[in-house]
Amino acid sequence: MDNKPIIQAKHLTKIYKTDTLETVAVDDVSFRVEKGEFVAIMGPSGSGKSTLMHILGALDKPTSGEYILDEEKVEKLTDDELADIRNRKIGFVFQAFNLLPRTTTLKNVILPMIYAGIPREEREERAKKFLKMVGLEDRMNHTSNQISGGQQQRVAIARALVLNPSIILADEPTGNIASAQAEEIMAIFQKLNDEGHTIIMITHESDIAEHAKRVIHLKDGKIFDDSSQHQQRIAKSKDSLVI
Amino acid sequence: MELREIISEGLGTLTLNKTRTGLAILGIVIGIGSVIALVSLGQATQKSIQEQIQSLGANLLTIQPGAVNEGGVRGAAGGRTSLTLEDAKAIALSPEITDIQNVSPEFSRRAQVTTGGSNTNTQIVGATSEYAPVHEIAVSSGTFISQRDVDSMTKVAVLGPQVVSDLFGEGANPIGKTIRVSGKTLNIVGVTVSKGGSGFLNRDDIIYVPLTTAQKVLFGADYLSSIALEAKSQNVMTEAQNQVGYFLLARHKISDVTQADFSITSQQDIINTVSATTGTFTSLLSGIAAISLLVGGIGIMNIMLVTVTERTREIGLRKALGAKKRVITTQFLAESIILTFSGGVIGAVFGIIASYVISRLINSAFIISPSSILLAFVVSAAIGILFGWYPANKAANLQPIEALRYE
Repeated sequence: MDNKPIIQAKHLTKIYKTDTLETVAVDDVSFRVEKGEFVAIMGPSGSGKSTLMHILGALDKPTSGEYILDEEKVEKLTDDELADIRNRKIGFVFQAFNLLPRTTTLKNVILPMIYAGIPREEREERAKKFLKMVGLEDRMNHTSNQISGGQQQRVAIARALVLNPSIILADEPTGNIASAQAEEIMAIFQKLNDEGHTIIMITHESDIAEHAKRVIHLKDGKIFDDSSQHQQRIAKSKDSLVI
Repeated sequence: MELREIISEGLGTLTLNKTRTGLAILGIVIGIGSVIALVSLGQATQKSIQEQIQSLGANLLTIQPGAVNEGGVRGAAGGRTSLTLEDAKAIALSPEITDIQNVSPEFSRRAQVTTGGSNTNTQIVGATSEYAPVHEIAVSSGTFISQRDVDSMTKVAVLGPQVVSDLFGEGANPIGKTIRVSGKTLNIVGVTVSKGGSGFLNRDDIIYVPLTTAQKVLFGADYLSSIALEAKSQNVMTEAQNQVGYFLLARHKISDVTQADFSITSQQDIINTVSATTGTFTSLLSGIAAISLLVGGIGIMNIMLVTVTERTREIGLRKALGAKKRVITTQFLAESIILTFSGGVIGAVFGIIASYVISRLINSAFIISPSSILLAFVVSAAIGILFGWYPANKAANLQPIEALRYE
């Protein structure tokens, strides 16, 4: 297995400035995510988790610090280069699904492949494969407003996977979905993680976060608690015990 | 992204909101339609005026007294009386002038004409027998002025059909009847064939009398209003004009061309002048239509800005999924070009129909120049680019997180 981390965040800081006020949304955050991890980022509103998510998703640039995603330095790129990074390396799953309205699910899944320049013949085949994977092969020609919220989120997951991204970034993926369907969505994430996909999920619900192997708690823009560090600490203390 | 995909996606989006799309292109439809209709109308008018001038006589040169630039000090040099019947005779007999085949000396003046109970005010033209071939005039009944009438100053008149209906009623036969002009009684000996035309080109509202009768009996003048010349062919117009010009300068003992007490205009000069006038008129109308096109373009920009605002979230999503600026710009530009171009096509169709209807109504030629249609397409696409550029750039420069957050 590749031992290079998928995500390396070093001293990430994001400061929002208005005329009179300076708000530190993310304050000197450093962490690594290895390939195949399933990380939940938790925190109350205003803790900076959304801002961190935007930086990790290459949607926004940090004020200072370094962000390496799959061996590419992201923080210095231009808007178009960031678009390319998002297209190739990140699969987004949003709280509000964000499918194109009045457009078939098939076309929604095809969309990122158009921007990636994948040949036309290949697109439809791949889109169908991934719709089948999320169990929606019989909904291919339905428009996004003709299917339920859970189904829409499954289309969004298919869309996120279709270019085989380095990480899947899910922002409150079950926030707008009834709880029974939420379980289905989480089961899909679990399955994807078992297959080796790296997943980073933002949530404020602890029962959803439980599906993750590692939980990072944010508070006031700082990492307040990281479950992997507990394990490392436990591991270290075990070592010291041995010694 | 392939062109076909861009177009089909643009069409798809535009058909989602048909009313708005329809209203947005209406401005372009009206703009392009009126440009095409007005240019067509202008060209038809120009053509019909040219044909009317042409119908006054082929290869026609006209000598008029007075300098080209009348008024001011120049008016003194010869004034209105510098041309005489002797000049006309000399031109006809001169061996130096080889390119002229007919010389028609003329004296015309407006006068009141009465007969029985009715009267009219019309143009009295003193003419010789050569007037008819030079101006392509023919009589529908009776005879035209003959050389004998001119020689013996007979008191006869040939009436234009308009004068006949003014004095005697539509379709009446006036031959043998009399009219009174300047207190003299004239016998009507002929009626000319209608040549159509209107205003200063109306060749039907004229009374022809022998030249000598007009000069000596009716108006007491010994000069000519003009001499009409028929050149031997279209190709020798310039030579004929020069021959006559130098001959007359010599005859009038004028050495400086700028001091000439006459001017010679050819039919082509008149056509050129009129064409320039109608051309200006056409440009003016097209200019007004172009303004409506501009207003239509601003309407397109307005709709595109609304669309960009409405679809902020969609733009954010597309950017999040990897759409580069250029892709977003292309998408929105494509939409505005499709809008204006389809407006241009519909406008062109309406414009052609309108020009056809107008040409039927005013009984003129139906002219649609391919260049005006080509121009309409180019202009409508250009408007799409011009007015779609700002909204498309606005969309492309949206920050993805701001756009995704937009409610």
